[in-house]
Amino acid sequence: MDFDFISKTFVRLLAALPLTLSVWFFSVVLGALIAAGVTWMRVSGRKPLELFARAYVAVFRGTPLLIQLFVVYYGLASLPAVRASVAWPFLRDSFNCAVLSLALCTAGYQTEIFRGAFLAVPHGQVEAARACGMSRLLMFRRIMFPIALRHALPAYSTEMISMVKSTALVSLITLWDVMSVALKIRNDTLVTYLPLILAGAIYFVVNYIIGAGFLALERRLSPHLRPRPS
Amino acid sequence: MGDLAIFGFGPGGWGLALLQGAAMTLLVSACGLLIGAAIGGLVAWARLSGRLLAGGVGQAYAALFRGLPELLIVYFVYFGTSTLLTETAHALGHEGFVGVPSFAAGALAVGVISGAYQAEVFRAAYLAISRGELEAAVSVGMNRALLFRRIIAPQVLRFALPGLGNLWQVALKDSSLISVTGLTELMRISQVGAGSTHRPFAFYLGGAALYFVMTLATTRFFDLAEARATRGMRRATS
Repeated sequence: MDFDFISKTFVRLLAALPLTLSVWFFSVVLGALIAAGVTWMRVSGRKPLELFARAYVAVFRGTPLLIQLFVVYYGLASLPAVRASVAWPFLRDSFNCAVLSLALCTAGYQTEIFRGAFLAVPHGQVEAARACGMSRLLMFRRIMFPIALRHALPAYSTEMISMVKSTALVSLITLWDVMSVALKIRNDTLVTYLPLILAGAIYFVVNYIIGAGFLALERRLSPHLRPRPS
Repeated sequence: MGDLAIFGFGPGGWGLALLQGAAMTLLVSACGLLIGAAIGGLVAWARLSGRLLAGGVGQAYAALFRGLPELLIVYFVYFGTSTLLTETAHALGHEGFVGVPSFAAGALAVGVISGAYQAEVFRAAYLAISRGELEAAVSVGMNRALLFRRIIAPQVLRFALPGLGNLWQVALKDSSLISVTGLTELMRISQVGAGSTHRPFAFYLGGAALYFVMTLATTRFFDLAEARATRGMRRATS
């Protein structure tokens, strides 16, 4: 075992972790915003909006993220109309393309999570809120959102972890994330297993921390479901 | 050439190549799903066995392969098996690099990932079998093989079908990652077409459309299979 090589590899991989995490963070936040919009369309009760939302979810969940990423990064950049548009300074950067593409994809999955969570709000609670004379906004803020949030958390934490794993794909559009640094080290040193195992360990620990964080949040938000202290 | 002519079947058209790529995608995903079923069945059995060591190994497998990026697993399986094979060949006196066929490595990678998820599906399906039926089978004197074949397997398959349908979609989408090993499946063909015609937008969009059609069509197939498998069961609704 060459400990010097191990520690050097590990340090180089860790140096790429901020990029992986920022792709993850920005795409998850942007994805949640898009999902909020699409969820609203999905439950709006207006046919065209609802149809659009259904199609959005089906398309982004029914095709591989890799090809979506390539449509955005290689595809859009090849169109003269896009190169001439105001969006070009934004889209020419591979980081922005990665965030946009991952956000569009996770929005499809998050929409279904949000929709399921809102459908699970007991009807009686909504009726009671109306009977008290709450406005729609107040009812959303005080009744629907808090209950839906608790329903959504388990599935949401799975989606967050799945997004960390998805960020590895940005290595294929020239970004230096943990995955691509591991591949570069493997290429340069011809050591097969070690760089990939160390990179895997980093991803695993990140996912573990996110999973544990969501579990703690879930526990904190549902004190009423815990057994009473005797 | 016109926008649609590049997807045609005439000279210079990529229609046939894309369809062949799609067929390769279906084939490698199906093999991956089957390998995953074997792994998932073993892991589920290990976790249900009640033995501490086997249960621990099963749980570790599921946790590990669900916590690692799919792309990393694809690279690890591809480079890992090739290195292993090359070193074995060297030990036997063979010179040079020996690569694992990318189809085999790809199907194995998809299977290894799918297996971790299928284990959970199978375990939940087994736990959904009513205990009374298992007791009844034992009390009429069925041996373990017969019990498995007549009582457990048919019901596990029935209960696992919806979950397997989802995992089939996941396998289909994960198979696009195998393109990094050079296997000429749909993703790879789209890349080749995009590169040689300088029309990335059309090719990636076309590839995505084919993936979408495959997901829709096969989902319909799984829905039909589910309807058939549950035709003898009473529904809670209607």
